[in-house]
Amino acid sequence: MSEEIIIAGFGGQGVLSMGKILAYSGIMQDQEVSWMPSYGPEMRGGTANVTVILSDERISSPYLKVYDTAIILNQQSMDKFENTVKPDGILLYDPNGITHHPTRKDIKIYQIEGAKLAAEMDNKKIFNMIVLGAFLKIKPIVKLENVIKGLKKSLSERYHHLIPLNKEAIDTGMKHLKKFNIEKHIIHN
Amino acid sequence: MAELKLMKGNEALAEAAIRAGVDAYFGYPITPQSEVIEYLMAERPEKRTGMVVLQAESEVAAINMVYGAASTGKKVMTSSSSPGISLKQEGISYMAGAELPAVIVNVVRGGPGLGTIQPSQADYFQSVKGGGHGDYKLYVLAPASVQEMSDFVADAFDIAFKYRTPVLILSDGLIGQMMEKVVLRDQVERITDEDLIKTHGSWATTGKTNRNRNIVTSLDLQSEKMEARVHRLQKKYKQMELEDLRYEKIDCDDAEYLIVAYGSSARISQKAVEIARKKGIKVGLLRPLTLFPFPKKQLFELADQVKGILSVELNSGQMVEDVQLSVEHKVPVEHFGRTGGIIHTPEEVLDALEQKIITHGHFRNHKTRESSIL
Repeated sequence: MSEEIIIAGFGGQGVLSMGKILAYSGIMQDQEVSWMPSYGPEMRGGTANVTVILSDERISSPYLKVYDTAIILNQQSMDKFENTVKPDGILLYDPNGITHHPTRKDIKIYQIEGAKLAAEMDNKKIFNMIVLGAFLKIKPIVKLENVIKGLKKSLSERYHHLIPLNKEAIDTGMKHLKKFNIEKHIIHN
Repeated sequence: MAELKLMKGNEALAEAAIRAGVDAYFGYPITPQSEVIEYLMAERPEKRTGMVVLQAESEVAAINMVYGAASTGKKVMTSSSSPGISLKQEGISYMAGAELPAVIVNVVRGGPGLGTIQPSQADYFQSVKGGGHGDYKLYVLAPASVQEMSDFVADAFDIAFKYRTPVLILSDGLIGQMMEKVVLRDQVERITDEDLIKTHGSWATTGKTNRNRNIVTSLDLQSEKMEARVHRLQKKYKQMELEDLRYEKIDCDDAEYLIVAYGSSARISQKAVEIARKKGIKVGLLRPLTLFPFPKKQLFELADQVKGILSVELNSGQMVEDVQLSVEHKVPVEHFGRTGGIIHTPEEVLDALEQKIITHGHFRNHKTRESSIL
């Protein structure tokens, strides 16, 4: 098994930490992982993205042109990464702030209203965990128990009391995932 | 007890320095290697092992602190990125001349000048052909993973003390900034002056007791003595070629075409090899782990087996010259690489191989032979 993912959005949305939690979860189930961020001027107020690979075998390139899954959290990233999803791959996005919705017919497209749900839960910081939950609903590549173990590893102990809240956010994401039909612009639950 | 962690390359290198029993680190921050000094400062290694970590006022000051501390036989290191490494070249040349062990880390960014902060391999020439003034070389390790960023620190010090020479770890922004799983080595105790003298002889300025003065200098105004020193250095470099060459062959056994790449480019090229093999193209990868010494003999031999070689580097063509020298015109050798901080994708590498080597290989081969006859 190998899963090549790009997560892209604004700096501050938790893009890099979502990738880190995924990578840690992979380690918890004995997988090889790589986490390759875009770094530098892009991150300051602009876009941020991270390539995460989980694999049962040694990972060759941490830097890729095409991905199994793109998790897209703003319009700039949609413009940049929609075409990098492999045929039959997955595109998961938050429609918040998206004016040009994806149009590709050869991939599977899903929506998660992460920003809206996070606002409803009254905690903007768990936005990325809601999105992660939605992704894991589509592709359960890591077990929930390993995500929790990964969270324990990646968060310092003084934040461990927030783990139940993170779990709740993941559950919320799983519950609210929607499939997006590009032809009819209809969203199925 | 081996410990498994998810770390950035730069952090893994910094942690490895503490665990390798390094006595002192002198540095100055610069992207994309600032995590090294940040991590070291945060870890308070003076409490863990007694290791000194100091932010100098400049790169020049940092390398001269390394020069001074190395003279006393301590395990010392510094790290920087390309423009900072240029500033350090005078000190590195002095240390090579004075035959001092030290480890210098370059997390390369795009150049020339201040260039860009994105990954690059544009410092190959500077790293393997000397770098500063004078007739010297560095032993150059090229890590291609976070694990190697960690492992190569202790390895570099072993070589530095074995030969009493500065060793360079040539990384880049991609390997420095990415996170991977890493197994950390166990903590090694810092060595004492007595241990140093027992293992490596008495050459350092450890405090004179019942012995003659140890003088650490790169200056020899008598030409005969200076030539003897140069010969001594050259002898070391020969010995490194015989005893401490490191490389990795991937899918080379049945390869009809070969990619040569190190560091981040090797990782990307390995993916290109995977894609190529799915398409039925038999490509192998030779990854030098040491850039000096360089796997000359291995390339010379592989040139009898393959139809062409592509040197893949994040620069305009530097290592390709060493590949060409190694294969002695037996097969066509071409270069491919993006520059300016742009990272080539595996697909671009494969396209380049198909266009430059597979499609045009025979034509170029013919031309090469013709020009060599002329």
